[in-house]
Amino acid sequence: MTKRIFQQARWNEKLLFELGSEGERGMLIPPFETEAGGRAENSVPESMRRQNPPHLPEISQVETLRHFLRLSQETLGAGLVADFGMATSTVKYNPPVNEQLARDARLAELHPLQDERTVQGLLEVMYRLERFLQEISGLDRVSLQPRGGSQAIYANVSMVRAFHARRGETQRDEFITTIFSHPSDAAAPNVAGCKVITLYPEESGYPGLGALKAVLSERTAGLIVTNPDDTGIFNPRIREFTDLVHAAGGLCVYDQANANGLLGVLRAREAGFDACQFNLHKTFSTPHASGGPGAGASCVTEALAPFLPAPTVEFDGEKYYLDHDRPDSIGKIGSFYGVTANFLRAYAWIMSMGADGLREAANLAVLNNNYLLKKVLEIPGVTAPYQPNQPRLDQVRYSWTELLQETGLKITDISNRSADLGMHFFFSHHPYVVSDPATLEPTESYSRRDIDTYVSSWAQIADEARTQPELVRSAPHNAPIHQMSDPTYLTDPEKWSPTWRAYRKKHSE
Amino acid sequence: MITYPYIPNSAPQTKADMLRELGFESIEALFSAIPPELRLHRPLDLPAPLLSEFALRRHVESLLAKNTPASQALNFLGAGCYQHFVPAACDEINGRNEFLTAYSGKAYEEHGRWQALFEYSSLMAELLNMDVVSLPTYDGLQAAASAMRMAASITGRREIIVATSIQPDKFTKAREYNRHLALKPLDFEPATGKLNLSRLEELLSPQTAAVYFDNPNFFGIIETDGAMVAEMAHKAGALLIVGADPISLGVLKPPADYGADITCGDIQSLGIHMQFGGGHAGYIATHDDRRFIMEIPIRVVGFVPTRVEGEYGFGEVASERTSFSKREKGKEWVATTANLWAITAAVYLAVMGPQGMTEIGQGILQRGRYAMQRLAQVPGISAPHSAAGHFREFLVDFSGSGKTVSQVNHALLERGIFGGYDLGGKFPQFANHALYCVTEIHARADIDLLAQSLTEVLS
Repeated sequence: MTKRIFQQARWNEKLLFELGSEGERGMLIPPFETEAGGRAENSVPESMRRQNPPHLPEISQVETLRHFLRLSQETLGAGLVADFGMATSTVKYNPPVNEQLARDARLAELHPLQDERTVQGLLEVMYRLERFLQEISGLDRVSLQPRGGSQAIYANVSMVRAFHARRGETQRDEFITTIFSHPSDAAAPNVAGCKVITLYPEESGYPGLGALKAVLSERTAGLIVTNPDDTGIFNPRIREFTDLVHAAGGLCVYDQANANGLLGVLRAREAGFDACQFNLHKTFSTPHASGGPGAGASCVTEALAPFLPAPTVEFDGEKYYLDHDRPDSIGKIGSFYGVTANFLRAYAWIMSMGADGLREAANLAVLNNNYLLKKVLEIPGVTAPYQPNQPRLDQVRYSWTELLQETGLKITDISNRSADLGMHFFFSHHPYVVSDPATLEPTESYSRRDIDTYVSSWAQIADEARTQPELVRSAPHNAPIHQMSDPTYLTDPEKWSPTWRAYRKKHSE
Repeated sequence: MITYPYIPNSAPQTKADMLRELGFESIEALFSAIPPELRLHRPLDLPAPLLSEFALRRHVESLLAKNTPASQALNFLGAGCYQHFVPAACDEINGRNEFLTAYSGKAYEEHGRWQALFEYSSLMAELLNMDVVSLPTYDGLQAAASAMRMAASITGRREIIVATSIQPDKFTKAREYNRHLALKPLDFEPATGKLNLSRLEELLSPQTAAVYFDNPNFFGIIETDGAMVAEMAHKAGALLIVGADPISLGVLKPPADYGADITCGDIQSLGIHMQFGGGHAGYIATHDDRRFIMEIPIRVVGFVPTRVEGEYGFGEVASERTSFSKREKGKEWVATTANLWAITAAVYLAVMGPQGMTEIGQGILQRGRYAMQRLAQVPGISAPHSAAGHFREFLVDFSGSGKTVSQVNHALLERGIFGGYDLGGKFPQFANHALYCVTEIHARADIDLLAQSLTEVLS
């Protein structure tokens, strides 16, 4: 086996607060040309004047830029590695052409309240993107306002609630989800004031119809699930699930954060769903941006459309406009109209791919995943619970339990050693129904070589776990920092330091 | 058959090789779990693709060409989204592919991302005089809604007294998000635009979880009675939440200094382009009090020592409280929000430094005063609340001009000027009033041109 040799950037970069010196400047702010209006401080009532300047660092622009460039080098973004260890997140390629277009001043410098006649181009992008997503979901209307996937999940839950309330069925306050569905599918209904009922998988990897039937009642507001879950196993009886929920008077919400394996294959409409959300930063190729901004597109049937967040984008045959007059709307989900730069990126991505390209993305996401699955299962000690020898869709939740039991190592050791090889490693979402889990999602963006490299690094770690366990246990060695030594800094209120000033108060002599 | 540049394995030979290795005849066979009756048996109905990058660029640019950005006009719109100067360093850093394409990797793979986010929280903490600042939530609307929810949870009470002099969308959002709470509107004094304290006294009760106001308020007015409001709220056993734009805090007192228990708001002003309202991110700040931290619904980054003395490690503080750990039993939810804007704001605050933040605040105050005085000289216009201190925004009353705000703004637009936001729709008491915004980007000549144009439009 060829060992992977890798060393991440390690700058030992100090904190900003330790840089610079008194009087240094990063930016000059010349005064206003006239004091004709009177002195500035006089316009602030004394009770509201800041007494002392904030204790911000004073650093030249040169060193400030250098500092952040170094930090960027110590960040293993998806542009640098085949990032399929960050699974459930569909981390795919972010084309630079879309990036350049999204940063154009004719988008970046638009004010949200400027005259609609001066933003026709962006409104057209929004309108057309909504139509694309209608076609891809098979549903009737789309709101781009939610600023992330979970906010779109919440918007969908909120609209379902409003739908029942409008029909006088306020007792419908229960949402049914599955344990492999994203945590937000359970959290959002709870935030909306609903009870959450969680179904667990049978041997097949998905819950049985009987379990669903047992919890349906006149209190059922809706079903909210992913399909496939992060096991990559598609529940083939989904239409029976949605039909049963409808028969009980509930509605069905499809979490399509990761729709990558289903583009042009299966739509929310045909599966019997009344609402779904797409995360533009996953399936539609906008960057993950170190954890946002993403964007969530909320797609609904005609029956739920009156409840969409306001305003909506409309077209009267001549011009595009925003319709604020939506009396049944649930109101505002996020500021203004959403994360507009991601609308442009997603629009450009779809336009560059077309229908065939979207289907090819799904094809290769699934082909890559099954190729990866086959290769991973050649590593002794790593397994893929549920449905052996069956193809999966876009991702798989693996288990390291056999190897860990054999070697006495922990899953965090494996994860730490992955960093040494320049690979991401995601433990999967809680709870660990699959023990010692790691979910992988190779998307369409990575090559066969990338997959082979990832698998060989897992094989190397598995081998090291057996032959040099201390090397693994003491990892990382090639990362920007060494192993963190005291996790109670994150749990003990006497020690935790969410900011530098808190740290100084608690830990400086 | 097209080989797609974004899809390495779409090369036909690779595909064939991989399928052969898997022992499948076709890719179609990999989808066998999906019943045929649920499948889409036709191509999606989408426009023909623009397969070349130059055709794509030409098409998208033809759409962008139909927009007129504020940078090509003279803009006086604010009302929740602000045209401030964006230092080039901010775009240089947030455009770095490493930060742009990273997601939520752990401390070893993405140490730089974690350190930048910790620095963001630390810089904000200095501005706010509070020891705990969360990573971003989606925007200032969500921050306010979540802060109210936190207060209800901390106090075990369910009424929030909310000033009506806040951005109307903020109120709408907070009400929608907190239907289990009762939001009690607190009006403002018509003459001064400031909080109505006698009404506050009436509204406070043993059910009050918190009092919420923005400073400066939606009309740009600097609230002066913060300490009094804090005292009244605390006496009733309630918390004080204040919404503050961090760009004001070089010159305005941080809310914590007059008794705020939670400060929240939006960081769009800190080096983030307006993007038609796309550039928002929210912050929530508290004191270092376990009861408060355990109620913060979003991520909080904390310092962790490593095996090597002097090295900095980072992790999530008290992560067991979140939805990632507890699903529906967690606090709201943890998800992708707006971290790139936190990194951007960190760059902004680093290049500005203490002097820059003070000077930018002073410059905005001076321009505001100058603009108010200059516009008040235009026949037909008056500036209400002129005795109050203002930051960045102020009302302009067109009632005496014989023209509506809409007519005025149409005429201004013909002159390349974006006039102030028409307040009449959301605030009936301010029919025919517009909310004007001036920031450090406005030169004296810009304000003079506005005054002159208004004079012409109204004559």
